[in-house]
Formats: sequence, structure tokens, C-alpha cells
Amino acid sequence: MSSLFSPGLQASTRVRIRRRRELPLKGDILVQVGDRVHGEQVIARAQLEGELRIVRAAEGLGIIPSELPGLLRVKAQQQVEQGEILAEMRGLWGLFRSTVVSPMAGTVEFVSPSTGHIGVRGAPKVLNLSAYIDGVVALIDDGRAVVIEHEATFVQGIFGVGGERIGTLKLLDVSQDSALTEAHIPSEARGQVLVGGHSPSPAALKKAARAGAVGFVTGSVSGDALHEYLGYDIGIAMTGDEDVPMTVIVTEGFGSISMGERAFAALSAVNGETVSINGATQVRAGALRPEIISRASSAPGARKDHEKGLEIGAQVRCIRVPYFGELGHIVALPHQPALIGTGAKARVLIVKLADGATITVPRANVEILG
Amino acid sequence: MKTDPKQLKTVLVTDCGSTTTKALLFERREDRWHQTFRGEAPTTVEEPVADVTVGARNAFTEVQELSGRTVLSGDSDRPFVVTDSDPSAGIDLYLSTSSAGGGLQMLVAGVVSTITTESAERAALGAGAIVMESISADDGRQEFERIERIRHVKPDIVLVTGGIDCGSTSHVVEMAETLVAASPRPRFGDTLKLPVIYAGNRDAASEVSQILSKIAQVVVVDNVRPELERENLGPAREAIHEFFLTHVMSHSPGYGKLMSWSPVRIMPTPAAVGDIVQAYAAKTGQNVLCVDIGGATTDVFSVFQSRQGTPAFNRTVSANLGMSYSIANVLVEAGSHDIKRWLPFEISDAELSDRLRNKMIRPTSIPQTMEDLWLEQAVCREALRLSLAHHRSLAIGLAGKQERGIADVFRQESDRYELVDLMKLDMAIGSGGVLSHAPSRMQAALMMLEGFGLQGITQLSVDSIFMMPHLGVFASVSPEAAYEVFEHDCLIHLGSAVVPVFPPKFSTGAALAEVLLDGRVIGRVMRDSISRLETASLGQGMLTVRPLHRAIDVGAGAGEENQRIVRLGECGIVCDGRNRPIQPALLGPQRQEAVYEALGLREGKPHV
Repeated sequence: MSSLFSPGLQASTRVRIRRRRELPLKGDILVQVGDRVHGEQVIARAQLEGELRIVRAAEGLGIIPSELPGLLRVKAQQQVEQGEILAEMRGLWGLFRSTVVSPMAGTVEFVSPSTGHIGVRGAPKVLNLSAYIDGVVALIDDGRAVVIEHEATFVQGIFGVGGERIGTLKLLDVSQDSALTEAHIPSEARGQVLVGGHSPSPAALKKAARAGAVGFVTGSVSGDALHEYLGYDIGIAMTGDEDVPMTVIVTEGFGSISMGERAFAALSAVNGETVSINGATQVRAGALRPEIISRASSAPGARKDHEKGLEIGAQVRCIRVPYFGELGHIVALPHQPALIGTGAKARVLIVKLADGATITVPRANVEILG
Repeated sequence: MKTDPKQLKTVLVTDCGSTTTKALLFERREDRWHQTFRGEAPTTVEEPVADVTVGARNAFTEVQELSGRTVLSGDSDRPFVVTDSDPSAGIDLYLSTSSAGGGLQMLVAGVVSTITTESAERAALGAGAIVMESISADDGRQEFERIERIRHVKPDIVLVTGGIDCGSTSHVVEMAETLVAASPRPRFGDTLKLPVIYAGNRDAASEVSQILSKIAQVVVVDNVRPELERENLGPAREAIHEFFLTHVMSHSPGYGKLMSWSPVRIMPTPAAVGDIVQAYAAKTGQNVLCVDIGGATTDVFSVFQSRQGTPAFNRTVSANLGMSYSIANVLVEAGSHDIKRWLPFEISDAELSDRLRNKMIRPTSIPQTMEDLWLEQAVCREALRLSLAHHRSLAIGLAGKQERGIADVFRQESDRYELVDLMKLDMAIGSGGVLSHAPSRMQAALMMLEGFGLQGITQLSVDSIFMMPHLGVFASVSPEAAYEVFEHDCLIHLGSAVVPVFPPKFSTGAALAEVLLDGRVIGRVMRDSISRLETASLGQGMLTVRPLHRAIDVGAGAGEENQRIVRLGECGIVCDGRNRPIQPALLGPQRQEAVYEALGLREGKPHV
């Protein structure tokens, strides 16, 4: 028996957003509380330890490990260049000479007489952390993180691939109900986040990426099209690290479903403006959904309404067959569990659809829209 | 609180899972121990609450409200009313298990992948961990690749093994150097050193400790593989549990307080399940296979007699095989063809793929139509099949020879054999929503029968409300009480499966075996068909299966009669005449429709 329901995804033209930007390890924070920042701005920096390469010196010289210290040409903590000799052995009367060299520039970290290995660590790498969204620095966590606050248009997707990107939102010249083909995609879309339609063909996705788009927000995508775009199948709902030129976000799900009215209206309101997007999705505990956040905070429209729960009159979307994608209003919330089509008993609700028909749906199979 | 089993009358146990904290009340009544009330609340380990005790208290409150028994005191440090003079109020003992925050995550390292690394994996898995990565000197990777992988995972604990005692030390010392080069950081408490357990060649212990001490807090325990043919996993498992408490639990939000509420240490959830499965196998003398199929992962536990005649316990986790978050990964690993073969209807690959991916992104939704239900149950069969294959590859027995002959000295392989033998399996236990809450018990039986590819005679059961973790930790205090509840309230006996193994010469429809219950013939197993023989749904009976030809094996050897005392259940005796693996010609929409028809599964209404 299930009484869970999905609270639905957010789509609001003005909402207060807080984003915590965190370094993977302690570093330098480059901003102060109260500073106004923009998405591309570097706000924190850290030095990542360089790579450590182990040189099998004893093996290379054909000696036993305990002989290595006597053949070293370098000391621990010494700086070395790529190709520099680390240890050398001269044979009879100095005629035969064998050496081991450093595989990269760095510092000799250790010499082990028990294994005959020499460790060389490369130079540290600098990691720059950008603000990702426009806003004001609200909080700084000493050397670790920055919290940025912003009031903007905010739309969540249900699933995405690809990480953080910043671009100009551009509505495609198609109706929401159009299945997208290559012909719907402009040839030039450099730095744009394309929005509209549903179920783009693989060719449409590839053309958008070729045209320079940094993001693609649409109603739905088929598993096959996503496979062709990524080159492999997604099996687990944990994404964001995909090596793709363009982040793809879907607002409704897999298959052929048009974008919901609320999401489309909110995105239309910021057409032509700069947006920050992220396709990262994590469905498990600590759920993370993909997002589109506008740069401007002056978009028209009211602040987000009071969030409705499961109550009579609430607008819902069905999220499971046989009513997948249908919209309607809750007209009854029976208290007792009811028998559903599978023979299981579940808490249900009665939904009146736009065409006037009423259907019974498990509470777990609807999403609250407002 | 009381820990003497004789003084216990009321015990409250929680399992703090990743998403839900489940509290169960166990009470001793005149006849026996019972599981009486249950409360659930969302787990509160993550922000914004970040305190596990908040969710636990909510679950206690639900138990209190449902039972009418005063359980909570109102004092945040000592939250329970402990039963004193009034036996109708309070509890005697509080216990807990935990898998919140993704459970116990480990990295294991060894020298030879099929010897020491494999033993390390078995030690970690048996202790209830998820093995995030296994590193071996012979894993075919370059040094830098290993370092990259180690850096990528953020383990709670690292287990380093390698070499038999008195053997070579150089490889395991090199492995320690690789770990230092990678310097993995612990998942919790970044000011702490990483906990590392060394359980390898004892001659290398001091050198390995010295090397690793730069980056880790090292504990040395006995070698997991002191000899090629002998494993010693106990000390490593004990050290893992110790670190789990001191380095993982104590740094997870609110766990310090939770631990102070109980006089008994918190167990990792899978370790507790493993304990109750082992206790049940020991008590009944049976070979047991237990599967817990969750949303993201599938755990398989088994206890089979080893060649030495002792029960051998194994646990594996198939980290990305599950029924919601990882449902699409079952599709990726099995392929649409293998899922579709279990369906009694046609569906296109594209439709199948989109439906499963929509379940993946909306994991709490439930099937509303029979077709959708059958689709999820088809995925379950494949998840069971794949996770059992994974389990079989790791549940390996060793010859355990004390003396080695001249030939053995030059052979660098141990005598390994698969412990899991389905012909010798007595009891299969299914747990997880798709099995425990299947609308019909027969559906659960069929998923296990087909998914595991059962053979011989196997009793089938499901866990009623996933109380095995609670009973596992309860068994650490009172094994008898936990067993009583396990047998009476936890296990739902579905019935038995009879699956003969036979050579292909028999024609379709030929009678393969005769089935008798308490000496009376109740039916026959026919080649290539499936049928259900009705029995009483309660109690037990003597099940006898007689092969009708000397080449047919029903679990006691070719041509031999097999006789077992079995628990009866509402599914009766399921006779399956399809040889394993089931041939493609016997699967697909029409054949599966006939199977569903034969077992009374065609209509969407409650039935067996």
C-alpha cells in the first residue's frame, strides 16, 4: 500500500534562490559577504595536489631494492625536470650505463629502499570555482564555500544530462506540441539555450550541439535519441558529469510529451535573457533535479504561489500509464485504500480531466502542479 | 536498559535506512514473542534537519500512538520510558541498525584478484559494506589508473590485504605505496585520518603500517588469507564493525546521540540481515538463499554447506540493479530481449525503454495496470538472475587442505569451487517491495522460480514487512526470541517449487516426476509445462518427488527419490517441467501467457 505522492517540480517567474558553491578541498575565497557576483565570475580557488607517479627504479636498473640509495642522483624533496636522471648504474669499468628518468617535472616525494621505487609528484593544479548564478554573496564558509542568493525565474526539469552552462535563452519557433526534427533547429545557435517542442530526433540534438547551443530544454526525449546523443545508455538516474557539448534538460520525462504550460510560460518570460542551467539529476535521497535559473530578477509575474499539497482542487499531472501525461484537478481523496487494476490495494484520488472525464489514480502516480 | 534475554519483555528496534526509518515493537506474550506495532518516518540524516534522531523519534511516536503504550519520556538525552513496576508502560531495550547516508562504503586492495582481493571483498561484504572499488596488483591497470580510481572514491574504510603468511612481502608493500600516492580522503570527518585495516601477510605488517601511517589510522589484524586454501575473515570483519562505529557512525549527523540511547552497538543493516539468515540456516540445518531487491541495489545472502561440511555464509551487493533508481540499468545490463521474454504481451523496445526510464526518474510511482505490473515483474526476474550470477561468482569455497603435496607447491591456484548449488538449495527467501508486496503471492513465487532459475525442490518464502534487519540486531541479544519472530511473523511461506533436471531426449508433455504429499500422489511434473498443485496453506508436510526415469534428477541424484519436510503455503506446489536454462522456444508472449494462465495469474484481482 502506498500513500506517497510527488510534490511536483517548480516553475516560477520570481523565486528566491540560494546556491552553495563548494570547493572540493580548503582554498581561498575571493569574494566577501554582500558582494554582487555574476555567473561566470571566479569566486573561490583551490590548489589540487599534483599527480604522483611511481618510478620502478630498481626494476629499471636490474638491481635489488636495497642497492637503490647508493645509485641515486637526486634527493627526496628535490625539484626535477621531465627526463632528468633519478638514478644511474654504471657497469664494469663504467662501460655499461643504465638510468631511470623522471616521467614528468615535479618533486621527488619518496625513495623506498624496500620496494626500490621513487615517487615523483607533479606541480599542483589550480581549481577555479565560478559563481554559476548571478546574485549577492550571502554567506561564506571559511575557505570552503560561498552561498549566493538571487531572485529570479526558476524552472526545474525532471531529468537532464550535462553540467553547468550559461547561455542566452532562445525559444524555438515551433509549437509546444511539435516533435522536433533537424529542420526545427537553427544553423547558428552559439551560446544559446534552445527551448521548446518535445522528443527531439537524434539528428535535431546533434544539429543543435553543432550549431553551438550550450543547452537544450524540451518536454521529453526518447531513450533511443538520448542514447545516440550520448553514445551510451543511461542506466541510473545520477547524471551531470557527461562529457557533452550541450546540456539537455527535459521537463516531463521519456517518450513524446509536450512541455507543461507552467514551465513553458515561465521560460517564455525570460526569452532572450541570460540563464544558468544544470542538467545534473540525482533521484535518490537528497534529490537533485535539473534547473534553469534566469540572470535578470525583473521578470514580470507574481512570486511563487503557496505550494499546494494533496487537496481538493489541486492541479495534478498523471505520471504513470495508462494516464501518463494527463492533466486534471483532484475532485476527491478517498480515505480508505482502494483496489487498483493490478489487484493491489493503494491510497487513491479521483481526478477530473480537462475533457470532463473522471479517473481513479494511485496517489503515488500524480504530481502536484499547483 | 536490560540486556539479559530472560528479563526482556518489550523491545523497540529501528532500522535507519537511506530514505525511511522503520521502528518495530517486539513484545513477549504468553505463547511467544510477537512483532506487534510498526512506525515509519522519513530519515533525517540530510539537510536541512541533519540529525538522524529526529526521524527516529517520529517513528517512535507513531509506534507509541498506534500501540497506546507510553514509550517516550520527553527527555532528549534519555528519550525512553524504561519499563519498571508497570509492565504496560515503557520498553526494556532499544536497538538499531543503519544504512543511512548510502551505508558503509569501502575500498579493498589485495595482490591477486582471485585470491587475496576476493577474500577482502568477502570480508567487507560480509561485514555489511558496499565495495566501491577493488584494487589488485594483477588487475591489468597501470599504476596511474589505480591511483586515479582510488582518488575517485571516497571510502569510509579501506581494507588492505595481500600475500599469505610467510610469503613474499614486496607486492603488498607496493600496494601500500599506491594508496599513499592516491591519498584517498574519508567520506566523513575530513579532519580525521582515513581508517585502514591491514589484514595481509603478517611479515609485512610493520612496514605497511609505517608507510600508511602518513595518511591513515592503521589497524593490523590477522591475515584474511593466511594460507592459499584457508580464509580467516572474522578478525577483519570485527575491525570493520569497530571502525564503522568509531569513524563512520559517530561522524554521521545525530548518530552520537542515537548510539547513546542503546546499550548494544548499532549494526550496519546488511550485516544484521546476514546474521538472521545465518541464524535461521543454523537452526533449521538448511541451505538458504535470501535476496533483498531494493530501489537501487540488490543484496544476495547465502548459506550453503561447504565441502568440509560447515555452513559457509556469503553476501554480495549488486550496486546498480534495482527496481526504481536503477531499473533502467537492469535494462542496460540484461537487454530488452531478455526482459521481454518473461512478458505475456508484445511491447516495442522503444516503449519498454521509455516506460522503465520514466519509472527511474519517478521512483515512487506504482503500476496501475496488469501490463505495467508484469513489466516490473519481468525486470525483477532479470535483476534476480543477474545478481545471483554475481553472487555465485564470489561465493567461492576453498579446499581448506592443511597439507600440500609436491604438485600443490608448484601450483599457484587454490582449489576453488562454487558454493551455490541450486539443486541443494532448501529455502529461497525474497524481500523488497516487488516481492513482499506483489499483489499476488503466486507472482512472487514465479519471479523467484524463473529469476533464480530454481532446480530440484525449493521452499519459497517472502519477508512480510522487511523486518530482517531488526531481527538481526535483536538476535545479537536474544537469538531465540529473534528466531521465534522470524519464523512466525516475518517469513510468509509461499509453498515449494519442484523442477526436475533431465536430458533433452524426453518429448514435450512427457511425465518427468510424480509428486506425493504425506504419501499421497497429488500430481505429476510434465515436460515443458508448469502447473500448481493445491495443498493446505498452513502447517508442514512430507513432500516426496519420484523421478519417472533413471536419467531424471529431482535434487537427490539422477533417478533418486527426493523427500523433504516442507512448510506449506498458499501457492501450493509449483511443478515446473522446463529444463534450465529455459529454452527461448518456451518463452515469449504466447508461452508466458500459458504459464500465467496455468498459475491463475491472468486477471487483475487478488488471488494466490
